[in-house]
Amino acid sequence: MIIELEDLEKVINSGLTTFIKSSEIKLKQLIIHCKIENISEIILFLKNNEKCKFRQLIDITAIDYPEREKRFRMVYFFLSHENNNRIIINSDIEINTKVPSITNIFPSANWMEREVFDMYGILFSKHPDLRRILTDYEFEGYPLRKDFPLTGYTEVRYSENKKKVIYEPVKLEQNYRNFDFESPWKGTKYIKDQSKNKNQE
Amino acid sequence: MVKEKKTLNLNFGPQHPAAHGVLRLILELDGEVIERADPHIGLLHRGTEKLIEHKTYAQALPYFDRLDYVAPMNQEHAFALAIEKLLDLKVPIRAQYIRVLFCEIGRILSHILNITTQALDVGALTPSLWGFEERETLMTFYERVSGSRLHANYFRTGGVHQDLPMGLAEDILKFCESFPKIIDDLENLLTDNRIFKQRNVDIGIVSQQDALDYSFSGVMLRGSGVAWDLRKSQPYECYEKFNFKIPVGKNGDCYDRYLCRIEEMRESINIMKQCLKDIPTGPIKTINGKVSPPPKSEIKKSMEALIHHFKLFTEGYRVDAGEIYTAVEAPKGEFGVYLVSDGSNKPYKCKIRAPGFSHLQAMDYLIKGHMLADVPAVLGSLDVVFGEIDR
Repeated sequence: MIIELEDLEKVINSGLTTFIKSSEIKLKQLIIHCKIENISEIILFLKNNEKCKFRQLIDITAIDYPEREKRFRMVYFFLSHENNNRIIINSDIEINTKVPSITNIFPSANWMEREVFDMYGILFSKHPDLRRILTDYEFEGYPLRKDFPLTGYTEVRYSENKKKVIYEPVKLEQNYRNFDFESPWKGTKYIKDQSKNKNQE
Repeated sequence: MVKEKKTLNLNFGPQHPAAHGVLRLILELDGEVIERADPHIGLLHRGTEKLIEHKTYAQALPYFDRLDYVAPMNQEHAFALAIEKLLDLKVPIRAQYIRVLFCEIGRILSHILNITTQALDVGALTPSLWGFEERETLMTFYERVSGSRLHANYFRTGGVHQDLPMGLAEDILKFCESFPKIIDDLENLLTDNRIFKQRNVDIGIVSQQDALDYSFSGVMLRGSGVAWDLRKSQPYECYEKFNFKIPVGKNGDCYDRYLCRIEEMRESINIMKQCLKDIPTGPIKTINGKVSPPPKSEIKKSMEALIHHFKLFTEGYRVDAGEIYTAVEAPKGEFGVYLVSDGSNKPYKCKIRAPGFSHLQAMDYLIKGHMLADVPAVLGSLDVVFGEIDR
């Protein structure tokens, strides 16, 4: 039997009462907002409850809002094949909050959490193997944070002297031109100029 | 006295012909039996998601071609659908048919590559020679419609870039007539081939439960007997109008996945034929000037069109604040785009859910206890493309 999103929202709200901060249906998607401490209980409920049956984890990601006090928002996506439903769970966290890992519930969460750690620097507690995954072996910084520059900090080249690939600070031959058409009269900020100014200071 | 067990560490890749790209797989071997596999990925990481955050919506689209580069338009489709849902935009029916037509071409492109290279990995050269000729024909269709063989950049928010050129529909129909014969030929070479079967049957078995737990999708899920295809279960575009079957495997091994792919190609041809038969005439993109640029002829005549054109190619269009997760059935599985908009002309966040990422993650589980020679067979049947995994 296929369950409607509105009914599903009621089932989840009555089943998890205190764990859930708020829930809404937007653009035909059920979005649940919760506290990060309860994430494991919520996901276990969604996985095992007869009416939910969210048996597949689709993805885990985070969003960076640097201006907020709770800087990151964790987002989890689930899919139920039986009910043909999707659900999005999100939770706001501070920069040094340790997120409980859900690898014991879904083994596929392993790499997804590693990616969130790699890209945003969010730590997971009880994760079996929290290493960087997509970036280079000795990479520093968290690329998808909003304060990480698009050009990055280092670039690589093969050094004929050292006979190996070496890292150097980014040298731009030409400015990265980011035209800001939303306020054309103010002009644009060039990365090269900014770094020059910094050096002069 | 207990004999101390010694394991051998072997680096498979980063440059290995059977790794289908740049994968560094660290294998722990006990003799020839694999004890542990640790895939190191990210060698093709280009920061697509970061780049998209700095581009307008129209500029972000070409990045999707470069994800799974053997079936580019399927990826573009997911992104275009996501924006359309946020904007609440209707796509003209002819554009929907064209999109479906080219998505199915993409599926065949991807499956030919996978089947033939998988065969190549286990020792059969001929299928790839035959298959790649057909791929070339299909890529010519891509070229004729978009101007480029691989990185098409053809789908647009609210439709497609241009209408089909003269004679293309007829040529695609001719291909649909002749291609089933090629599939038969490939099957003659492989399906009952003793060596191919020895290398694939009962290798890399995935149970139904594990396929769900490891977030498998697409053929990896269907090969294990879960009848799930987004085109049927959550129809997007105009897929509900077509009559097609979903092939499902029984044993969940490499061989079943190969059979599923073969059958899926036949179904794709079936969809393409129906598509070409029923395709209506009409506009190929939305006439909403705030989103889609006006035709060149109109710019010369209408002031409003000129303004729209200027605004669209400088500022781009703004998308209402909101979040959306959209998934399409790409050849490799569920390809999803999670788009967060803050109301400006650039996406605030764009997460790309690549099917291959979760498939490769299960490598350790799949290969444990198998022989070293099974690594290419399993890797081949996972259908990994590093463009989408590393993003």
